[in-house]
This record gives sequence, structure tokens and C-alpha cells, in this order.
Amino acid sequence: MVWPFSRQAGDAAMPFKPVILWTDALVFVLVAAALLFAWYVRRHEHLLAPWRRVARSASGMAALTVLCFFIIAGLLDSLHYRPALPNQGGPRVYAVEVLSVLDAAVGPLRTQKEKTYSAPLATHLYARETMELPDGRQVRDYPRLKFGGAHLEDPEADRASDIARRTLYGVAAGAIAWLVAATLLCALIASRGGTHIDAAWRAIWRAGTGVPWRAVLITLGLVLLVVGPVIALSIRYHVLGTDKVGQDVFYQVLKSIRTGLVIGTLTTLVMLPFALLLGIMAGYFRGWIDDVIQYVYTTLSSIPGVLLIAAAVLMMQVYIETHAELFETVTARADLRLLFLCIILGITSWTGLCRLLRGEALKLREMEYIQAAHAFGVSHWRVITRHILPNVMHIVLIAIVMDFSGLVLAEAVLSYVGIGVDPSTISFGTMINNARLEMAREPMVWWSLAAAFCFMLVLVLSANLFADAVRDAFDPHVRVARPFSFKTVSAQKA
Amino acid sequence: MVSYILRRLLYAIPILIGVNVITFALFFVVNTPDDMARVHLGVKRVTPEAIVKWKQERGYDKPLLFNENSSGAGKLSDTIFFEKSVKLFMFDFGHSDQGRDIGYDIRTRMWPSLAIALPVFLLGLVAYIAFALLMAFFRATYIDFWGVVLCVAMMSISGLFYIIGGQYLIGKLWNLVPISGYDGGLDAFRFLLLPVLIGVVSGIGSNARWYRTIFLEEINRDYVRTARAKGLSEMRVLFRHVLQNALIPILTGVVVVIPLLFMGSLITEAFFGIPGLGSYTIDAIQSQDFAVVRAMVFLGSVLYIIGLIMTDISYTLVDPRVRLE
Repeated sequence: MVWPFSRQAGDAAMPFKPVILWTDALVFVLVAAALLFAWYVRRHEHLLAPWRRVARSASGMAALTVLCFFIIAGLLDSLHYRPALPNQGGPRVYAVEVLSVLDAAVGPLRTQKEKTYSAPLATHLYARETMELPDGRQVRDYPRLKFGGAHLEDPEADRASDIARRTLYGVAAGAIAWLVAATLLCALIASRGGTHIDAAWRAIWRAGTGVPWRAVLITLGLVLLVVGPVIALSIRYHVLGTDKVGQDVFYQVLKSIRTGLVIGTLTTLVMLPFALLLGIMAGYFRGWIDDVIQYVYTTLSSIPGVLLIAAAVLMMQVYIETHAELFETVTARADLRLLFLCIILGITSWTGLCRLLRGEALKLREMEYIQAAHAFGVSHWRVITRHILPNVMHIVLIAIVMDFSGLVLAEAVLSYVGIGVDPSTISFGTMINNARLEMAREPMVWWSLAAAFCFMLVLVLSANLFADAVRDAFDPHVRVARPFSFKTVSAQKA
Repeated sequence: MVSYILRRLLYAIPILIGVNVITFALFFVVNTPDDMARVHLGVKRVTPEAIVKWKQERGYDKPLLFNENSSGAGKLSDTIFFEKSVKLFMFDFGHSDQGRDIGYDIRTRMWPSLAIALPVFLLGLVAYIAFALLMAFFRATYIDFWGVVLCVAMMSISGLFYIIGGQYLIGKLWNLVPISGYDGGLDAFRFLLLPVLIGVVSGIGSNARWYRTIFLEEINRDYVRTARAKGLSEMRVLFRHVLQNALIPILTGVVVVIPLLFMGSLITEAFFGIPGLGSYTIDAIQSQDFAVVRAMVFLGSVLYIIGLIMTDISYTLVDPRVRLE
């Protein structure tokens, strides 16, 4: 079931065929909606005010800086295509494999596969193998990697100095990139404020700017100082080692980012229209409509979250297994499963938001300006869209950002239980799940787990900090229930 | 009070019917029993006879809602809906797809679950409230600030990390307790220590932070100022006044999960190999045993609704202004 707009093979002499998967399409819709919203907010001072407060929070802006890197990686990974196969003469044939722009950008990381495990920055495999020497004798030793450190003549002697040299280059490149960014920022602030660049620079370091640019620049500097060496090293080494089938762990981590972002954002978005419509209707109309809607969400929320997800995902697995013919590529199938997971997670977390919106609508309908609108004979639909909807949007926004981190963490747990994303989808959960079995190995294979947990921590931590900044700016009293805490089987409905 | 509880119990019936209809639709309408049989027997090489046999053994060969071949009440009762869904109301869980008695399994496996979940719940509550009170006592100081930072950092760490890290550090490196396993009687203590510890620690971040906001909201109330004006010490204000009043919002979130403690924790039990209901559910999910998952969904909903009623009753205990009418 591929998106209907994907082009048919052979209709153009393109070296690739763009593929828009379902989640891609929704990601694009989300980006478009965000841009539209930003444009709309810019023109309305009363909507802009809380965002200004967000922009003044140092921790929030620092977190946003980190999040930007994740978002860029996620967006690049959402542009999919199928490359053309080399085929002289005949009609153009496209590969079955669906790649993304990110795959193309990090090319060697994806294609340079080793035989099996290798430690971070290693030049030899992690396991001994029987090898044949040129003179015919057989020895058991650690074989050289095919790609990691393959350029070194004598790994024992050269490895340390080579790594140090590359790290230094990377640090230098990161520092230069940071200087360029800092200079551009100063120039921008200077031209805005009509001052000299020096003055702008001093204002930033004395924290004299409204937006805490110092925090942003420090965060950016730290990130670039890590990113620079990692890129410099990853050209010749496996920075985070390789996994059981020899795939680069750093590449897997990069691919996991998109899965995490998709689950974190699309889940809330898929169910948002229902939560909005039903929540507002229940609170606004009251009476039997309220009763029915309350019954629906009480019923849904009384099924423990994980069990409902488990039941739904099990059924989806059965459906996919018995209807294999519906899916053109493996990626399309995995993608649809990801979307289903988002919808199912959305259904379970939807009730909390619905209840909040109902409460808010109940309060709003008694307000004088809505009573006045009724007195003027304004229709219900217009009252809802003109007066109620804009006044509950801050709750929706807070719910979206607060849910994000919980959902990213939930994905890992669900994939561990076997009711998460498709096993062929690279995600933090599948990485942890695959690496978990290697805990018992002696010596331990730790890098896969460590990489997944570290990246997840950075992503979730920055999302949490940003969410706090947004909540404090919009309405510090809203208590959005954390949708998933797996302390008990049920999602705790606090 | 009694009439209120009775009314709430009656109100629970339509909700349970709704839960039942949802699970029935999920398990029998979205996918037919034929699909399930095919998945169980392997999609590729499966004969129609094998499917019929599989369905017959598990009672899935009946019509969904209405049986024309039976007579009298049998028209309604000799169906999948009655056999598999209506009987749940009498807590008759039937047999799993592997042929085991689900009711018996639940009765034996809920005790190990409780042995972990109850200590985690009680110790956790004490630890979170103590930590939150500490932060509230030192509010607007560095202790409070770094406490919140610690909370945010701890709630950003995946729960899987706490378990894997704890097992590695305490179980493997320091060799203090067995990494996983379970034993009856007093010997269980050795096995329970690590999962309970990890369960408490992994919840500190989000819970302590949440309780802290509740305490801080109470601390700014007028009655607290009055208490201080009377010359009460800050400790006495916190414990006598703030803690008691903050119990109401805390109870909302806490009492509801008490009945669900019976069902244990999926992840913890799976990692530590504890034969409780959590690992029972995981095993059922992984072996695609739909009967067990269906039973657990129903049981979970029942326990959740009991928890809601208990929450209402607990209000009257902590807040004398609340009357259940």
C-alpha cells in the first residue's frame, strides 16, 4: 500500500524515483502546519506573547538548539526515494530498497558493513576467527576490519595517533563552524539593534539580550565540538562500533531518530481532531452528547493502556501477516505498521486530552462573551470555532509537547515487549532489544546499548526541558497526565 | 455511602460491556478466527483441515453472534460472543489457546506479582513524598534547584536502562543478589530486593517532581500563612498542614492503581523472570495467545474501575467536606 502519488516506474528519465510513505506525508503535513501556525502567530501580538516568554527561557532555548539537530536528521530521513539500478539500454528499473536523503548523505556508514561485532573505533573484529596465513598455516586471531581503520598500515602503532589527529581536525572544524554561526548571529543582532558587532557580542556574553543567546551559543558550541570529531572519525572508523550483523551503530542511531520523532509527534496529531471535536462538544453541548462522549472515553481509558496496545498490535500483526500481498516493499509495510502504532498509541493517550478539553469547554461556555454571542444569535458552530477553539489551543499545545518525551520512551518499551515497530524498522527500541541479548557475553558488548540509551536520553531530556518552558509560558497550572508510565501494567492516570 | 457505592457498581456494568464489545470487535471481527489459526499454524503451509481442527479445539468454530442451528436460548448462548465474552462477566476465563486454565493461572500468578508491586508501591510512595517534602522545605534554594534538575534527568532516562543497568551493576558486577529468578517463601526476599529497588528508583523523577508541585501549591495558601503566623515551626507546618491537605490530589493518582498492583509490571517481571501476571501477559503476547490477552484486558478494566471507586471512597476519609451522595 504505497502512497498513491508515487510515480510509476519508467515515466521519467530520473536517476531516482521519489517515494512518499504514509508517515512521510503526515510529517510534511505537520511541517506545513507548523510553518503556517508560525506565520499566523507572527502577525498576532497576543499569540506571540507566550512564545516570547518561551524564547526568554535559557533552558528551553538551549534544549531547542539540541532538538534542532534531531529534527534536521529526522526530516532528512523522511525524504524517501528508490534509486535507479544501473541498467544500460532497456527501461529504467528502480531498486526495491527505499532509501532516504539521510542514507545518501551518510553513504559509507550504511554500506560499509563488517562481518560482525567490532568495538567503537576498533580496527579488528571483536571475535577470534581462524585465518589462513600466506604460507598456508592456520591461526586463530582477531581479523582486520574491512572498513574500520582499513587505511592504516600498522594499526597497533598508528591507530592512536590517527584517531587523535582526526579528532583534532574535527574539533577545529567544529570550532570554525561555531565561530561562523556566532559571527552571523552577532551581525544579525547588531543590524537589528543598529549597534556595532562588538557591542552585540558583549551584550550576548553579559546576558544582556532578551533571548538568552549566550545559552544557545554555549549549547551550539558543545554540540558542534561533539559533532565535528564524530564526523571526522566516522569517515574512516565505526565511531560507535558495529552490531551483530556488522552494521554501523552510529548509522542505526541516526535512523532511530526519525522513528522516535514520528512516534512522538504523529501520535498526538493523528488523534488530535477527534480529541478536539469530542472534548469541546461534550463540554459545550452537555446533556446526552456529554453522556455519550464521557461513556466512550471512560470505557477506552478503563482498559489498561499497554493491554489495549498489545491487543490492537497483535490483531494488526495477524492482519499484515495474512494480507502480505497488499504491500509493495518491506519499507512500505514497516511504515504502515509504524503509522498504525501511532494511531493505537493515540487512541490510548487521547482520553486524557479529551477530558481536559471537556473541562475547559464547560468553564468557557459560561463566560460572558459566549453568553453574549448566544444572545446575538451566533450559531453553535461559529461559537465553537471563533470563541472556544482559540481559547483551548494552549492546552492542546501543552499536551503535544508534554506527550512527546513519554511517547519516545514508550516506543522503546513496546518494541522490547514485541508490540512496537516492525522489527525491520530501526528504532531505539529495536536497538535495545537486539543488544539486550549480548549483555551476557564475556566480555560484554556494551556499545549498542550505550549508544541507544545516550541518544534517547539527550532527545528526551531536551524535549522535557523544552516542554517545561512551553508549559510555564502558556499555563503553568495545566496538569497534563503523563500518558505512559510502565510501573504497572496500566498507564497510570494521574 | 452504601447506596453510592451500589450506584457506582451499577454504572460500571455498561463500561465493562463497552470494554467487552471493543475486545470482541478487535479479536473476532477485525480478524476472523481463520486468520488467527493461520498465524498460529504458520501462514505458508497450512491445510484447511488443520484450521478447522484448530478452531474446533478452542471453540472458535461457532458463529459469532447468532447460532441458527441451535434451539431456544442456545441460539444466543452457543456462539463465540457468549462463550468467550459474556462468560468473562462471571470471571469464567476459560482456557488459553495452549489449553491451560486461565483462571487457575491468574490465581497462582498474582501473588508473585503482588510481592513485587506492593513493596514498590509503598516504599515508592514514602520515598517520593519524602524527597518532594525535602525539596519543598528547601524551596528556592540550590537544594531545590538541583533536586528538580535531578528529577528531570531521572525521568528522561528510559525505564529499560534502570533495569539493565541495575542488573549489570548490582547483580553481575557486585554479585550481591541473583540477577533473575524467583522462589517461594522467605527465600523470595533475595530475588525481590533488586526489582523492588529498581522499581522505586525508576519512578523517583516524575513522581517526586509532581508531588513537589502539589506541595508548593499548598504552601502558598492562606491557611499555611496563618499557621506560620501562629508561630508554628516550618517542620510542623509542613507535616501537620501541608502534607495532610496535599494528600487529596496525591490520592487521586495513587489509589486508583492499588487494585492494579495485582497485575504486576510487564517489563520488570519479564527482565527478572518472576512468574507473575506481568510476565504471563508478555508470554501471551509473544506467543500470540489471544485468549489470555483477552482475559487480561477484561481483568485490568475491572480492577481499574474498582480503583476509581476506591478513589472516591478515599476522598471521604481524607477530606471530611466530601460526602458521597
